Amino acid sequence: MEYMIRFTQVHETFRLAEIKALAVLEGIDLEVLSYSPSSPFCFVKLSSGDAAIRLVQRSILAKAIYEVWGNGSTFEDLHDNVRAISQHLWPLYKESSFKFTVDSFQGSRSTTEQRKLIEGFRFLGFEGPIKMKGAEQEFCISEEWQFDAAALGVHAPQSVHLGRFLGGSDREVIGKYDLKKRKYICTTSMDAELALITANITLAAPGKLFYDPFVGSGSFPVACAHFGALAFGSDIDGRSIRGRGKTNLLANFVQYKLTDNFGDSFVADLTNTPLRAARMFDGIVCDPPYGVREGLKVLGSRDPTKGKEPVFRDGKAHHMEEAYIPPKKPYGFLAMLDDILDFAALSLVDNGRLSFWMPTANDQDQEIHIPAHPCLQITSVCTQAFNRWSRRLITYKRIPDSEVVATTSREQRVKENGVNANDLNPFRKGYFQGFKAAFR
Amino acid sequence: MKLLTLNFLTCAVKACKSSSASFPLHPKECELVSDTIAPNPKLIYNILPRVDWNALVVTASELGFPSLPPAAPTQEELEKDENMMSELHTLLLETSVSEGMLVCGNCGHEYRVKEGIANFLLPNHLV
Repeated sequence: MEYMIRFTQVHETFRLAEIKALAVLEGIDLEVLSYSPSSPFCFVKLSSGDAAIRLVQRSILAKAIYEVWGNGSTFEDLHDNVRAISQHLWPLYKESSFKFTVDSFQGSRSTTEQRKLIEGFRFLGFEGPIKMKGAEQEFCISEEWQFDAAALGVHAPQSVHLGRFLGGSDREVIGKYDLKKRKYICTTSMDAELALITANITLAAPGKLFYDPFVGSGSFPVACAHFGALAFGSDIDGRSIRGRGKTNLLANFVQYKLTDNFGDSFVADLTNTPLRAARMFDGIVCDPPYGVREGLKVLGSRDPTKGKEPVFRDGKAHHMEEAYIPPKKPYGFLAMLDDILDFAALSLVDNGRLSFWMPTANDQDQEIHIPAHPCLQITSVCTQAFNRWSRRLITYKRIPDSEVVATTSREQRVKENGVNANDLNPFRKGYFQGFKAAFR
Repeated sequence: MKLLTLNFLTCAVKACKSSSASFPLHPKECELVSDTIAPNPKLIYNILPRVDWNALVVTASELGFPSLPPAAPTQEELEKDENMMSELHTLLLETSVSEGMLVCGNCGHEYRVKEGIANFLLPNHLV
């Protein structure tokens, strides 16, 4: 059976990745019949209406899903098509209360025009009462207009569809998790919508364990907890976890009544992680520091000759004092990405997913390549473009060991022992030089 | 910090990872708190195969909890044994260390836990 997903026209490259992830999560066979980045209407083949409802119910980028009753390039075509393909469905809803809505993408219709379009479907022969609120069945006439149709003097849409509403999505929770209303945020908190999409793409779900090694104020754990996962996080900067007084990472879980889904937060550095090497997480999500807004640092001293022995002052070990702050040194962004991949390969269960955000210059010469790992298969790459740079959400699946193709060991990146943050991080360098030949 | 998390953690010092003495970390002068968390059997079933049972037995006895069976219960056993289920739920998810130290049995390094947040940052000579 054919169904139509009504997407929102934002974050276009994330839409199919999210829907495909949800199909995996729900165990639904999904076949995409037609999809275009410039259109909010996506046609798919699914086994049943029930599968359709489950497919979009926790989607952030879909608005709703419809059972397709007909398609056409003009209303005449559409009427003929409805008569041809969905006549057997009409009697099922003959007595139901119903309503019609008109959804014009990139176009608009006055109420008089809408009424005329709706009355065109009189031939369906519905005899039930019309209810604008709480109707049992909702039918939607969807139109797709050419971009800027009014200015070009175009008076008719490019394509029209009739669908029966089956179910809505989880899109309205974006408002609930809006950063402006959140108790505790920091400069690099992830936008609520993108954090929720990330959680969907990584398949966060009840009973699963999720981990964010760069937790900050906890945007990703909150999003994963929303979908029922038990969320853990750590950060090298303890201040971001502890916050001030009662405004801290945990306060966000309290605010959203998600404390049952709060795993733990602790202070740690991914390159010296205290987590034991075992396959314990179902998902790892993170937005590692790019070295622009947040410095990218790891434990250790800039000067490799320094600090090889503990320091004692007045007979007390300096590092055991309460106020002791361990030294940190700048670290390469690409080296950090490799470390994240290595960590994920060690800690994810089979078919567990890793999603992380990485920045790249829009200029092809300065593009940063997507890192690879033999145990991790790329499932999706989504891009959010800004003016001179973009950030990508890259998602991998941990494949079972039996499927790992034994290749010659990965090219080991020379462990940079640079001292300067710019030398270690080509993106940072490019960013601060305005992406002018930083790589050439 | 939950006892579940404690079961996932070992000493952050790289040289300690290969030593069996570094896991589990030993609680020292620890204050425990108990939270109320809604029962979630599905979560417990998922967690169980990932928990190192021997380490959990050690931690439970060090903190003075009633002794656990020597082998981890299977999912079928847990489905029948409500007491065991609620005991595990309390132990793994509801009990946490709020203040104290976690000590590595290999190098003796002490990690401080303050307000429920453990600090695993290492001084320079241990990196």
